[in-house]
This record gives sequence, C-alpha cells and structure tokens, in this order.
Amino acid sequence: MQQQHVPVPVGPGRERQHRMTAAICSIILQGLGQLYNRQWIKGIVLLLLEGVGLAYLLPRLSQAVWGVWTLGENTQRFVKVNGSTVLQKGDHSIFLLLDGIIVLLVFFVFILIYILNIRDAYMTGLAREEGKQIRSAGATIRNMMDRNFPYLFLSIPALGILFFTIMPILFTVTIAFTNYSAPDHIPPAKLVDWVGFKTFSDLIQLKSWSQTFYGVLTWTVIWAILATVTTYFGGVLVALLIEQRGIRFKKVWRTIFILPYAIPQIISLLLMRNLFNGQFGPINTYMRAFGLEGLPWLTDPFWAKVTVIVVNMWIGIPVSMVLILGVLTAIPRDLYEAAEVDGASAFQKFRIITMPFILFATTPVLIMQFAGNFNNFNVIFLLTNGNPLRGDYQYAGATDLLVTWLYKLTLDNNKFNMASAVGIIIFLIIASFSIWNFRRSKSFKEEDMIQ
Amino acid sequence: MKTRNNPVRLAVSYLLLLIIAVVSIYPVLWIFLSSLRPGAALFSERLWPEAYTLSHYGELFNNPSFMYGRWYMNTLKIAFFTMIFSTLMVTLGMYALSRFRFRGRKTILSTMLILGMFPSFMSMIAIYIILLQIKLLDTHAALILVYSSGAVLGGFIVKGFFDTIPRSLDEAARIDGASHLRVFTSIILPLSKPMLTYVALTSFTGAWMDFIFARLVLRTKENWTLAVGMWDLVNRYQDSNFTMFAAGAVLIAIPITLLFVFLQRFLVQGLTSGASKG
Repeated sequence: MQQQHVPVPVGPGRERQHRMTAAICSIILQGLGQLYNRQWIKGIVLLLLEGVGLAYLLPRLSQAVWGVWTLGENTQRFVKVNGSTVLQKGDHSIFLLLDGIIVLLVFFVFILIYILNIRDAYMTGLAREEGKQIRSAGATIRNMMDRNFPYLFLSIPALGILFFTIMPILFTVTIAFTNYSAPDHIPPAKLVDWVGFKTFSDLIQLKSWSQTFYGVLTWTVIWAILATVTTYFGGVLVALLIEQRGIRFKKVWRTIFILPYAIPQIISLLLMRNLFNGQFGPINTYMRAFGLEGLPWLTDPFWAKVTVIVVNMWIGIPVSMVLILGVLTAIPRDLYEAAEVDGASAFQKFRIITMPFILFATTPVLIMQFAGNFNNFNVIFLLTNGNPLRGDYQYAGATDLLVTWLYKLTLDNNKFNMASAVGIIIFLIIASFSIWNFRRSKSFKEEDMIQ
Repeated sequence: MKTRNNPVRLAVSYLLLLIIAVVSIYPVLWIFLSSLRPGAALFSERLWPEAYTLSHYGELFNNPSFMYGRWYMNTLKIAFFTMIFSTLMVTLGMYALSRFRFRGRKTILSTMLILGMFPSFMSMIAIYIILLQIKLLDTHAALILVYSSGAVLGGFIVKGFFDTIPRSLDEAARIDGASHLRVFTSIILPLSKPMLTYVALTSFTGAWMDFIFARLVLRTKENWTLAVGMWDLVNRYQDSNFTMFAAGAVLIAIPITLLFVFLQRFLVQGLTSGASKG
C-alpha cells in the first residue's frame, strides 16, 4: 500500500505515534496493528491467517528442520516383540527431506505475509497521522480488484508453478548434495546422508564417471549445433525455393512440406525407427535391391548419429520453414526495388537484404532452438533410446544426450544423486546461454517500445 | 522487376521441390500402406501391398492385451482438460504480465525464464513422490495438473502477442469506465483468437503425445495413454506386430494432422508473431 507521501506539519506528540504503535502491535500479533487502525475485517483475516499458519507450522517446524538437517537417524530394523520378529519402521530420508522442504516453504510464505502485515500497519498508521481516510474493507477489495488485478490473475498459475515446478526443482537440487543412489543408499532400508560436493567431484574426476560425462557432453554439444544448423538452414532453403518468383502452386508445396510437422512427434519417431530398421526396414531393403550393402542405421555408433541428425531434419525443417516464410512476407518490398534500381543480382539481393533480415528476425528463435536441441529428449529416446550401448560408459550409449542419460540414471538405475548433478550442470549450461541471449534480444530490452 | 525467369534455374528448383515432397510424403504413405498390408511383419518387398485388409484396425480394438480404445479415450480426456486449463492459465497469466507494470513483474519474468531452463523431468522424482503423498499417482487428474501448471512457463509467445495489441485500445475502454476484467473479456480476448487457437492446439497436442510424464505417472495398463501404449508396442514387439502399430499410428495421427492442416493459418501466425519478438 503505497500512499502518496506528502510531508505534513507534525501534529501534537500523541498523534505522531500511530505508525509506530500500529507497527509494534502488528509485530506482536499479526493483524493487531490493523485492528488498532480500525481496519476490522482486514485485521481479523490476518489474525485468522496467523492462527492457521501457526497451527500448521508449530507441530511440524522443528521436525522439518531436524529432518532436513539429519535426513533421519534410525534405519529400519527387526526387533523382537514377544518372541516374534517385527519390522520396525525407520526414518525415510527422502520423505523427510521432501516434507521438510514443503514445511520450510510454507514457513517462508508465512514470514513474508508477516512482514507485509507489519509494513501495512505502519503505512496505514502513517496515513492516519496525515489525517487521511482509512480504507474500509469494501474499498480494500475494490482496490484489490483494480490495482492488484495482475496479482489476482497470476495467483493461480503461480500456485501451480510453486508446487509442480519450484518445489520439485528445489528438492532435486538438494538431492545432488546427498548420496541418494542405488545400491547402498536407497530408503527405507538405508539412510541417505549429506555429502556436499562429492557427487560433482566424482562426476568430473572419477575415471568411470568422468569418461561418460565428457563423452556424453561432447556429443550433446555437437548434436545441438548440428541439429540447429541443419534444420535452420534447411528451412531457409526450402522457404526460398517456394517463394522464388516463377514457382507455381506455392500453397500446395507449402502444405505438403508442413506434413512432417503436423504428424505427432512420437508417431513419426517410432515410425522412423522402423523405417531405418537395419534388418527389415524399407530403406535397407531398397538399398539391397540396388545391390548395396545396407547400412547399420541404428546399431553402429557413427551411423546412429547420422540417423538421428537426418531424422531430426525431417521433423525440424518444416518448423523453420513456416517461421521463415512468415519472416519473408515481412520484408519491405521497396528494399528489393531499390536494390534492383542499383542493378543488384538475385544472389546479391539475397546476401544483402534477405539473409540479414531473416537472421535479424529469427536469431532469438535460433538460440532457443539450440537450447531446445540440447535437451531434445524425444528424438533420441524414441529413435535410438541412446543406443548403441557403449561398454566404457556408465549406463549410457553412443547417442545419449545429457538429458536421456539423466533419465536412464533416474528411472532405470536409481542413481538419483548423479542424475541431479547432471541436471544442475545442464541447467548451468542452458541458463548462461539463454541469459546471454535474452540480454541481447530486443524483446527484453525494448518491450515497451513496440507500440 | 526485370529479372527473367531463368528456365534452368526453374527446372532445378522444381526438381528440388519434388524431391523434398517425396521425402516428406514417403514415410507417411509407407506407414499408411503398411497398416493395410496383411500379415504382421515389418519386412516387405514393395511399397504397395499386393492385397489390402482392414483387419489390423479391428485387431487394435479387439486384442485383449492391447487396450487401444480405452487408451484413446484416456488420451482424449487428458488432452481436452489440459487444453482448457492451460489455455486459461496461460492467457490469464501472460495478460497480466504483458499489460500491467506492477512490482515484482521483472522478477516474475526472469524467474519464469530460469525455471524454463531446467530440464523438465529433472523434477521427475519429486513430482513422483509428491503425487504419491497426495495419492494422485496413477490418475489422470495428476497428469492434467502437471501439464497445465507446466504450460505457463512456455507462455512467452503469448506475452509477445499481447504486447503487440495497442494499449490505446484498453486505455480508451478504461476511460469509458470498463473494469480490467471487462477489458480482458471484451477487447483482448476477441483480438487474440489466433493466439488462443495456437495455445489450445499446442497444449492439446502436447498432452496428446507426451510420453515422459505419462509413463512415469500412469502405472497400470488400463490408465495408460496412447503414447505409452504405442511405445510399449514398438519396444516390446519390434517386428512381430508392426502392421498393428501402423494402424494405431494412423488413427492417432489423423485427428492431429487434420487439426494442423485446418488451423495452419493460426499456427503460422502464432509462430511468427512470437518469433519476431523473441
């Protein structure tokens, strides 16, 4: 609640103290300051909120802190009760950690509301001293609807994101600093402990892990560059082919070329997997019909890499094509006319007008596509599943990207801590890349200048 | 415009276009014809089968271990509700972020950017445990919840679109005394039909075809979606059931492909309006 701060002549001593009294009241008990300011409904709501918050937090907070700090102290064990052995439940480290994070998040929100409450009491007190009308509940609600409209609109999505994105990410990040992995540290049979940066140092230094990590990382980078460049320039080429002067049935060509984009990815990828099948797939069948050997499309490390790039072109070029066709229509005609007056050739026009314009308009997308390809789970997982396997890799194959490796580590091998560490590293790479991109992209800097 | 249509260049261009067209169409044609081919094998000497049969389509629905019809309904349900909820949340949230200058706005924008950079299934384990705790594991509601709340992070295209709607429009309405909600429903929404279509379509197809979370969350076969079922089919019986897979693939692809072709205009607009502004 920001009031217009107009310096007013300070009244008699007692009058001045409203803000302090209100603030102190609110510090003692949330909502008390509002009651003191005669904002009855607001005060009662805040009081109730504090009651609910405390009722939730008090019994849980110490347990949560203990849980997060120790990750449990007792393993499950068998105890003899009246001569028979019973399994006594131990602490489940992972549930303790997750519950702890949830309670701490609630605690954080609680503190935030508390601070806002104190601030609000202080501000209203100040307004009273300045002799302003105090807002009634009805006015508060109206004010909410009007001035805080964006918050109202954002609150539902924000809740969803808090519980299904932020909290899971927090949880996963913490996992990277524990030893939560098969076979020795899987609850409920065993406890999990904090190990600091050991997971990361193992990943980078321990021969068995680092070899896989660097190998997979290298291929991921190569893949991301090749996949982005091939689909992008493929798209430019196709778009220019269609838009050439003299080409007829432009719409028909466009509709045909959009087809691969229209087919659901999972279907086209599973389809391609069969198409490139080394033994029975039609591609090799045709090659044999022409007297060729047929290639180990999906089973040889090198050819598997070629296959994923080619298939990705089939899927990705239509998207770039659509994009670039859109950009092409936006190029001002008079630029070309001016160039023609100056006697420019077709290629010169392309080099000096078309290409710079396309690049200018689509660089942000290009960079986002690079980030997307870096994490392109579907193409790899559904097409090759990361295979062919490599004996010298830990749970990874020749075409595995960091993300698919992460997936395998998590779901198939229960190496949760390694998977989290890999996830954090992916994040760091993508984040630094994207931040650089967004800082230089027009939309973030000049978004208010569009109109 | 003086440049003559060089016949050689045109011929080469048509040839290229033709080749690309064949490459685009061939896999589609192949899977369609395979679905009509008798027998189950992947291997076939020729593209056009010698005989045609529709039995594989019947088999999809009659095979007791393959609950295609059930999966189809599951998928339809999940995709439909995801579409409704995501479109609602994305438009509401992005409208607020595009139109209002409020405290914390930049923070929210950067947080969204940063969150979007985590590989989405890095949160897999946590989501799994949360769903387990609130007893939503193996339910469709869980999937709808996860998809819809994830959709907001991809809303920058929508924000970019709202940014292009002149602000003078809503200011005029505000001066005439319209509330924010009124401005949103009677000015902004009608103007953003192409964008709404784009969001609805992408969230529908996203849910229709998601594999990762569906496989994680849906534990029992009756609850599976098409993506999980088809993947299972290909993964387990690579060669022996190929024609059935082909039939299933055709039935899955048809509605989406038709949607795409009919709504092409909106898609192109959506992609490009988001693109020119990042």
